[in-house]
Amino acid sequence: MSIKMKSSIGLAVCLCMGIAVAAEPGSETVSVKAMADALHMVMDSDRTVYTRTIVNRLVKKDKVIKASEHFEDDQALALPAQMFRFGAEMVAERAADNPEVDFSYSLQSLWPVNKQNAPQTDAEKEGLKFIADNKGKNFYATEKLGKQEYFTAIYPDIGVAPVCVSCHNAHPDSPKTDFKLGDVMGGVVIRIPVEG
Amino acid sequence: MGNEKAQRILWISWLLATIGLVAWMAYIMLIDTADKSVFMPGDLTAGHHQLQLACTACHSDPLGGSEVLQEACINCHGEDRKKPFDSHPMSKFRDPRNADRLENIDALHCVTCHTEHRPEITRNNGVTQPRDLCAHCHAEIAEDRPSHRGMDFTTCADSGCHNFHNNRSLYTKFLIKHLDEPDLLEAPLVPQREFAQLLDQIVEYPIEQYPVQVLLPQDADDDFTFMIGQREQSHADWAATAHARSGVNCSACHQPKAQDGTQPVWADHPDEQVCTSCHSLEADRFTRGKHGMRLAAGLPALQISEARLPMRADAGHELLGCNSCHVAHRYDVRHAAAEACTGCHDDTHTLAYADSPHHELWKKELSGELPDGSGVSCATCHMPRIEFDVNDWLTRVMVDHNQSANLSPNAKMIRSACLQCHGLEFSIDALADQRLIDNNFSGRPSVHVGTMDLAAAEKERRDSEAGEDDDTSMFGF
Repeated sequence: MSIKMKSSIGLAVCLCMGIAVAAEPGSETVSVKAMADALHMVMDSDRTVYTRTIVNRLVKKDKVIKASEHFEDDQALALPAQMFRFGAEMVAERAADNPEVDFSYSLQSLWPVNKQNAPQTDAEKEGLKFIADNKGKNFYATEKLGKQEYFTAIYPDIGVAPVCVSCHNAHPDSPKTDFKLGDVMGGVVIRIPVEG
Repeated sequence: MGNEKAQRILWISWLLATIGLVAWMAYIMLIDTADKSVFMPGDLTAGHHQLQLACTACHSDPLGGSEVLQEACINCHGEDRKKPFDSHPMSKFRDPRNADRLENIDALHCVTCHTEHRPEITRNNGVTQPRDLCAHCHAEIAEDRPSHRGMDFTTCADSGCHNFHNNRSLYTKFLIKHLDEPDLLEAPLVPQREFAQLLDQIVEYPIEQYPVQVLLPQDADDDFTFMIGQREQSHADWAATAHARSGVNCSACHQPKAQDGTQPVWADHPDEQVCTSCHSLEADRFTRGKHGMRLAAGLPALQISEARLPMRADAGHELLGCNSCHVAHRYDVRHAAAEACTGCHDDTHTLAYADSPHHELWKKELSGELPDGSGVSCATCHMPRIEFDVNDWLTRVMVDHNQSANLSPNAKMIRSACLQCHGLEFSIDALADQRLIDNNFSGRPSVHVGTMDLAAAEKERRDSEAGEDDDTSMFGF
């Protein structure tokens, strides 16, 4: 996809969010950074709503159901991170059928429960460290993976609810067990293919 | 002149030979029932050999590339390649961050690991990669899982350890949950089927034309000129079935009423479409397994003599359809669950069934000595009763008519079959013991897989490392 995003894509995101991204009225393009920022705002808001109003309320406050990584076997709620990942996987499948709207995203951490979600590319390694060291700041870079050039944006993923922190601290595979509410626990990595 | 004549004869011979060759090849390609093996670069795998007559089942576009083959794989196997049934779904590899891994092994395409027509490199389950392929992505596993130190990558996929796709009965928490189970669980029973109880909720079921009621032999609405004595026998067979007990009269199959009340002409030998009209889920699963896969590809049904597994010679002429196992009019599910299988299959595992403890239980269920669901027929394990989604709002316990679904590898059988009656450790060990498989599980496993020992050690580590304030109960770790 061209770095000049098609206006229809930008418009769709604008409509979803009910706000205007960085496109001028009548403009045919929206910046790739604004596109990534808008996507992140939607992803982050949806997951925060799920975490607060579903998982935290029913698991922690009302104590009526568990949340479990094996939610089908345990007849429990899917974890917020899983809800996020399932969305990312569905996007990956749908984007494969519609290359005009190609982007991908993932949730990663310097302290991942699943080691496959540790930073892998140079941009991920640098970016995840940057957002952990510079609280409140995002990280933007371009990188070449395989034969494709990408605009890569990394956003801090904050422990917004007590369940985020308590679950990661108690998970038997978590390499860090002293997260506090409001900590940067990892990062959302959004990739948009651009012309090199 | 002589030379010219000889040359002309040569040219004409060459032309005729070419025309003959092209005609012969065209005949093979265009006639559905012609054997097309002459075009194959190598024999097909056990999973696909039945499709030998239909090259286009996979090669749907002669000009297409790998994407055509990939589409063919997904058309038949796509449902099983998604979570939770697949721990390595393709969506995982589409993420660009895995681009460097894909350079080592192209996990986006099924044929990377399952190349067809290469019998010389094909291992169990149609795998054509070396046994240590996990090392491509998990080279550092020993650091993350110290318990795995010293293990060779050629052992990852050993029976009872890991499967690339379906790990539903082998993940850590599942193992820990099933630690210390006895070999035989108390009061083992398989779940009861639920079709009859849900008829009024199944949209395609013609309940208005055939309301649920008990029908007697004299209620039969047949319109058939029977041979002497045949009518009484057919009525008696039918009256003993769940069909008669549920209001399914002769016309329901031979002359099914349409919704507007009209009836077609009576068919003496209705085809399988009439079964599908009520049992569509069962029929769909049937065509996904080795018994019915030919029908799904638009080919004639499989003839027993064409099977690669050992089959009885006297059954060689049988064509596989619903009535092969269910037998017209009788529809005795107990016959279909065991006798129908042993009527064709002739391998050591099948032949050993008659003297097995599982068969003893089955005989006791048949005689009424034990309750329904306590016997173990062939179908109990190979066509287990599991919950299926009828639609978005209804599930029902149904016999899985895809008898291939919980094999290859056999660990897929653990959840749907073994664990109904046995503990997990016993099940893992038994399925890894070829001697026990051959004698149809007469005796105890002589093989011990270390999977549950690792799980016990992991549980100990988790218990010792859990902080006092950790409230893990709410997260179900």
